[in-house]
Amino acid sequence: MTATKTLAPIPFPPLLPVGLVCTVLRPVLDRIVRRIAARHPEIFARVAPYERSDFVIVPQELPFALHLRPDPEAPLLRAVPRNRLPPHEARIEGRFLLLLSLVDGESDGDAAFFSRDLTISGNTEAVVSLRNALDDMDGSVAQEAADLFGPPGRAILAALRRRSGRQ
Amino acid sequence: MTGAEDFSAAGELVCPAGTPAALRTAVEAGADTVYCGLRNATNARNFPGLNFTPEELQASVAFAHARGAKVLLAVNTYPPAGQLALWHEAAAIGMRAGVDAFIVADMGVARHIAETWPRARLHLSVQAAASSPEAIRYYCTHFGVRRVVLPRILTIPEIRAIRREIPCEIETFVFGNHGLMVEGRCSLTNWLTGQSTNLDGVCSPAAEVTFERADDGTMRSCLSGFTIDRFAAGETAGYPTICKGRYAAPHRPEGYYAFEEPVSLNLGRLLPELMAAGVHAFKIEGRQRSKSYVRQVVGAFRRAVDSIRSGHDPDLADLVALTEGQKETQGAFQTKKWR
Amino acid sequence: MELTLGPLAYHWPADIRRDFYARIADEAPVGTVYLGEVICSKRAPFHEPDLPATIERLERGGKRVVLSSLAEVMLKREREATAGLMAAEDHEVEVNNAAGLMDRGRRPHRIGPFLNAYNEATIAWMAGQGATHVCLPAELPGHSAAVAARAARALGVGVEVQVFGRAPLAVSARCYHARAHGRHKDNCQFVCEDDPDGMPLLTLDGKPLLRVNGIQTQSESYVELVEALPELAAAGVSHARLLPQAVDMVAVARVFADHLGGMCDATEARARLAGICAGVSFSNGFFHGVAGYRHIARLGTAH
Repeated sequence: MTATKTLAPIPFPPLLPVGLVCTVLRPVLDRIVRRIAARHPEIFARVAPYERSDFVIVPQELPFALHLRPDPEAPLLRAVPRNRLPPHEARIEGRFLLLLSLVDGESDGDAAFFSRDLTISGNTEAVVSLRNALDDMDGSVAQEAADLFGPPGRAILAALRRRSGRQ
Repeated sequence: MTGAEDFSAAGELVCPAGTPAALRTAVEAGADTVYCGLRNATNARNFPGLNFTPEELQASVAFAHARGAKVLLAVNTYPPAGQLALWHEAAAIGMRAGVDAFIVADMGVARHIAETWPRARLHLSVQAAASSPEAIRYYCTHFGVRRVVLPRILTIPEIRAIRREIPCEIETFVFGNHGLMVEGRCSLTNWLTGQSTNLDGVCSPAAEVTFERADDGTMRSCLSGFTIDRFAAGETAGYPTICKGRYAAPHRPEGYYAFEEPVSLNLGRLLPELMAAGVHAFKIEGRQRSKSYVRQVVGAFRRAVDSIRSGHDPDLADLVALTEGQKETQGAFQTKKWR
Repeated sequence: MELTLGPLAYHWPADIRRDFYARIADEAPVGTVYLGEVICSKRAPFHEPDLPATIERLERGGKRVVLSSLAEVMLKREREATAGLMAAEDHEVEVNNAAGLMDRGRRPHRIGPFLNAYNEATIAWMAGQGATHVCLPAELPGHSAAVAARAARALGVGVEVQVFGRAPLAVSARCYHARAHGRHKDNCQFVCEDDPDGMPLLTLDGKPLLRVNGIQTQSESYVELVEALPELAAAGVSHARLLPQAVDMVAVARVFADHLGGMCDATEARARLAGICAGVSFSNGFFHGVAGYRHIARLGTAH
């Protein structure tokens, strides 16, 4: 169900300092998480027992990780350098395109885990809650995030989807 | 309630939904019927972040009915003494939402629904472990059960024989997680975690699951700190379900899968035989799985059933691909040697 | 509270079984003895010939004899065995599968621990259908058991709780004893006879966890509810069940009888049990509503 194992790493401007990348991404990610929170309160209800919990999502090929706190009052999504992860309840790690396909509603988390493409550590229940919450959404988080940035956003998502072997 | 009408033609596809989005996905992928549960201990998939609020159930039933699909509500755990109210409330919520049938296991719950809403349709859950004509007839006679979900332990000739001796429809599992123990008779999870499959609706709850990696790449999957399995670097891992773990016995010191290897049930190849044996409905397991799983599996089985109905051979490769890369089994259905 | 000896779950050789019940008949301070094969229908022919003599011997020893039915009923021989047992008029029967309920109809019967009588509504239903006595499922927590017991007693139904022996945790259509030896159920060669107290299963890091008994999975540790007996009795539990293990069961029964008779306190009773069951660990987690394998030291933590 996943076809990411043999793909090349995401090209990433090697000269940009990670800290700067994180700073640049801040308003983008902030806008995405607020938009999702406003449009899909039901997602947050599903992960309510962990709304004050910190999740760290680590795309293996990228120099930064994502820090998520699904608090409906103050949703947090930010990029953090991989060597400076905040204290967290749970950690989810996998190739970027696999993580993308999971939030794109196209990949089955169980299948990914059983093939060990995805590794989770920390509070398993928190991760399962988050997974189930994200799954209760028509369309996908990835699509909504892309739509937020109009044609350029959709073009990037389309390109990434092509990379992960989808139409 | 669609009490009196005939529920199905042979080959009804009964599909899982852990969330409203999964329910919509299942209906759009061709489910005839979708089954789901409320967000509490009243159903056997009481997992974190999963299942339906009363409002979500109501909206989902309306969505399904508008598209000609039916919705079943699983109220299939066993209430512990003193806590019946939660199960009675679940039934009332289902009635208000207009679900097409309840899936029940506990005799007290079955009796309550049958007496309170005589027109309500009852299906006997696999959790009731009714595996003989006498046991099935008991529930039909006393509670008016209209369909039995057979335990995953019978061969096709045995199913055919049962069919001739019971007054209700038969539903069998055709795909998904392959339970090893007689369902409704397993307290393994409670022994290790303090949460019961029968009473709380949980099986190896995620809150008690840990995966521990060693520097050499090996991984241990644990439940409440007990090692359930150990995997070499790169070896396909499994969720630590007790009945799918690896253990050592005095004459098997190296460790072995004492109950079963971590496999999925896939009866894709047997669909025509099952339909010929008089099975009314095919159940796909997996309320805890994702929309993506629901879309693929329901779609594949929809195409297969439609092919068979129109007199063609189903595209088996399509069904077999669903468990590609993972081990699959036909379990007890194909041969008694499984036992 | 009356002590009972539950049905033997294991496949003991016929001569050992005969000797065991002879000694129970003569020496064990239990009021009721349950007989019959509950786990595997293939075993029944080995001890059925002895059954009339065993019954006679136990009754001569002043015991009430109840015949228990199979937990799993699927095959023709299992259906026939169950129907045959349910036709019994001269002995009480304990039903462990809904097939038996259908066969028995409204004639008086006992409800076994495999029938999932978890709550007052189910018990009331069963009582209305002729049940005179209910053995609660092993995993029901103490506070729920108390509610169930009160409701049952109000209906005039006897209530039984397992207070000693390995916890029955699961049954299956598959024989795990046969599987462990590379066989399947139909050619098992009765390898389960080699393990009179079940076959141990250890985790891969060497912790004893479970026991295999044919199609049944049991706990490694023995359930032991000595300390809970007064609370169970106060709630209306009328019978305390000892499950036969491969230890001196007469001595075990004496410990419980002495404790119930006020002749030894809980601490002493547990020390004596530990001596009788050397090398065995004890659990009471189910009663306290926590993980079954645990052992909670103090009474009252269940509330």
